Amino acid sequence: MIFKANVTVMPQPEILDPQGKAVEQALHQIGIGSAQNVRIGKRIEFLIEADSEKLAFDKVTEASKGLLANVIMENFKVELELN
Amino acid sequence: MKKAGVVVFPGSNCDQDLVEALSRSGFEKVAKLWHKQSDLEDCDIVFLPGGFSYGDYLRSGAIARFSPIMKEVKAFGERGNFVVGICNGFQILTEANMLPGALLRNKDRLFICDYTNLVVQNPKTPITNSLKSDQVYSIPIAHGEGRFFAKEKEMDEIIEGNQILFKYATADGLTTSDANPNGSLENIAGICNRGGNILGMMPHPERVSDPRLGRADGKALLSSIRTFLD
Repeated sequence: MIFKANVTVMPQPEILDPQGKAVEQALHQIGIGSAQNVRIGKRIEFLIEADSEKLAFDKVTEASKGLLANVIMENFKVELELN
Repeated sequence: MKKAGVVVFPGSNCDQDLVEALSRSGFEKVAKLWHKQSDLEDCDIVFLPGGFSYGDYLRSGAIARFSPIMKEVKAFGERGNFVVGICNGFQILTEANMLPGALLRNKDRLFICDYTNLVVQNPKTPITNSLKSDQVYSIPIAHGEGRFFAKEKEMDEIIEGNQILFKYATADGLTTSDANPNGSLENIAGICNRGGNILGMMPHPERVSDPRLGRADGKALLSSIRTFLD
């Protein structure tokens, strides 16, 4: 089975995110003053082949821990869908 | 005779400067080691230079750590040999878990290219052993992601283990928050591992190693490493 993996990587809540801060200020400048707590992360998509969704999930989790996210400063979320 | 190796990743851009500076700091032989090779060519010490390895894609150092040579560098370090990472090299060492913590985007979002003042914290490491603890060393930084961060427990271990090499300071040697260019925890500019043989720092000693270019404070750091190897 081929799955489409979506991995969302976000800076951990206690970590200052200067990029998010800059975008928050810009949002206020365009009149959206109620926007707050802007955090910027990244989303990584790829296809992966595995015998079951569970095995695909395990592989993608391994990929996230080993490369896609740095668990010292980031959290990640794995989502799968059948391709 | 001591031989230093400087690893060259695609996107390294301080490798040649480092080769020159090491040659000028007492290393009898300096070799460039291409990231795809797995032979450290009998080097006595390995340096990971500054630059933007693999375009800094994903995170600084995240992809370089999987370069073929890094497996050897890691094993080399685990055997107690000396490994020094400068700027991007420091980022690679943290990504490879050879050093604790991580280097985040600078607090003020700016890429900072400027002189900083460093003061020695642990005077017994290879890079600090010949330095004076009451002297301020003027060494430039050039990075966008140099904000040293570690979780509280990890940070406690770094302090307990006396693993801080340098802190950013004022010209008078005071480690105030004003002297902190990028928001690093504890004004940290460089650290080492518990064993004291893996070292990383954001400032670039190789850029100030020739008095003809204005300053030579960096040469003191690199010469200190060379002396330590004897």
